[in-house]
Amino acid sequence: MSSTMRDQQAAGEQRGMGAQGQSSAGFGGVQARSGASINVPRIAIRDLDFFYGSNRALKQVRLDLPERQVTGMIGPSGCGKSTLLRVLNRMYDMYPGQRAEGEVMMDGTNIISPGVDLNALRARIGMVFQKPTPFPMTVYENIAFGVKLHERLSRAAMDERVEWSLTRAALWGEVKDRLQSSAMGLSGGQQQRLCIARTIAVRPEVILLDEPTSALDPISTLKVEELIDELKHDFTIAIVTHNMQQAARCADQVAFFYLGEMVEVAPAVQLFTAPKERRTQEYITGRFG
Amino acid sequence: MSASTLGPSRTAIPGAIKDEAVARALGRRRHRTNLLVKTLCVSATLIGLALLASILFTLLWRGLGGLSLTVFTTNTKPPGSNGGLLNAIVGTLIQTGIGTLIGTPIGLMVGTYLAEYSQGSAISNVIRFVSDVLLSAPSILIGLFVYQLLVEPMGGFSGIAGSLALAVLVIPIVVRTTEDMLRLIPATLREAAIGLGAPKWKVVTLICYRAALDGIVTGVLLAVARIAGETAPLLFTSLGNLNWSVALDKPMASLPVTIYQYAGSAFDDWVQLAWTAALLITVSVLAINITARVALRRRT
Repeated sequence: MSSTMRDQQAAGEQRGMGAQGQSSAGFGGVQARSGASINVPRIAIRDLDFFYGSNRALKQVRLDLPERQVTGMIGPSGCGKSTLLRVLNRMYDMYPGQRAEGEVMMDGTNIISPGVDLNALRARIGMVFQKPTPFPMTVYENIAFGVKLHERLSRAAMDERVEWSLTRAALWGEVKDRLQSSAMGLSGGQQQRLCIARTIAVRPEVILLDEPTSALDPISTLKVEELIDELKHDFTIAIVTHNMQQAARCADQVAFFYLGEMVEVAPAVQLFTAPKERRTQEYITGRFG
Repeated sequence: MSASTLGPSRTAIPGAIKDEAVARALGRRRHRTNLLVKTLCVSATLIGLALLASILFTLLWRGLGGLSLTVFTTNTKPPGSNGGLLNAIVGTLIQTGIGTLIGTPIGLMVGTYLAEYSQGSAISNVIRFVSDVLLSAPSILIGLFVYQLLVEPMGGFSGIAGSLALAVLVIPIVVRTTEDMLRLIPATLREAAIGLGAPKWKVVTLICYRAALDGIVTGVLLAVARIAGETAPLLFTSLGNLNWSVALDKPMASLPVTIYQYAGSAFDDWVQLAWTAALLITVSVLAINITARVALRRRT
């Protein structure tokens, strides 16, 4: 019991007071969007190649995900941006014939090396998918499922965690009276926020969002975008999107992908107003893609 | 009519000038072909339905007459002594029950392996093929197989041998439905659970089974319905028993075998009981099938 309380406190503090957090907190968030500064990288990707069988889907990708900022990934379909997300939490390991080569450094470890504990890694790097994927169980159990995988909590502590994560996902008010009913009965937008709540309930350090609003209506999209803005105070976020306005609204830095290459990365304003690369320019002005 | 909707510019397309007479002739021909195919399909359906209805009607007509409380309270007896079907009913329940209990977990695990673990390997294709062959194998062969496996070594027919033969029939059905139902689950649901750091076995048991539960239960029910009426595998295994016996190491009565023995006999009361037994099995199987289908519809 007491240990779980400590865990919970630590959960709140870890984000705000971690050593790395402290050093970057001063010049994060607000200034970043104007392009003045980018935080220290939480994840550093170097010379990353990815293969679906013999098909090379990522080519020598180099990209930093700065601590507690939002990195937007844009590019035409098939450019490799979703593939990159699936490398970051080793989702590709589920499928034979898919492999990654190169470096994805997080806390001094190359997370694509063979010895990595995948379940522990995925607890640190959470993912939200394009379509809402509620589990066929109650709202409460949906949240508790992930938490139980990594922590032993008392009933009361679990209740607290469920409320905390649903509140963070801006869903608590809508579902607090139906925690024990099936999550399949929620609306699409609510289901997607439930999936976000489920992901943050595990208290990851990084959250990967794979086109999280492409299946949602405009109101739900707005809610999720506001949520992303709020979550970046505590989490490092990578979001893949087809919607350039969304990238401009949500992201601190934006990376443009084309044919498996990371063409250009820059603070959002800069990338959309003064891209350095011609391919970026052509894509954001709608000449291809 | 449709010609007038084509603007003058369309007539410039080579060969697109429409001849009304040809179009009408083609239309009539299509209409005739359609009518012919429709008639054939409807008559084939009617023939099939008529046969089924006739079976059901005859069963009800002949079976209902012999239905009384005695049927459920009295064992099978020699002709002319007012016997019932109690031992056969209980025997069928026991053998079907044990057969399902043995066959279901095996089928479930094989189906799970095929859908979740094999990842399209060569061995999985072999397993799937063998299972499908087993699904359509003549059930008398399964009876002979269990006869060699169990009846010969044990030195006699037994209820457990019957149950085992039925279990062999259950396995491929459950394999097939389990695999199909698990494959219907979208990969994103698995990825979502894996993405939270769940180990594979938890994803399968806590997420996939729950998502596919209705379908898997339906498969088991269909398997029960199938084995409840099986006669051939029991002839070589549990044999049948005219007396009350629930001992698994002794021959055991069952409804299908009783029908087989009674229907061909020269005694009117036995023949009547055979009709009644047939009615009981048919109605039970029908009830199980309907339950299974309702459950499946709720899912899809």
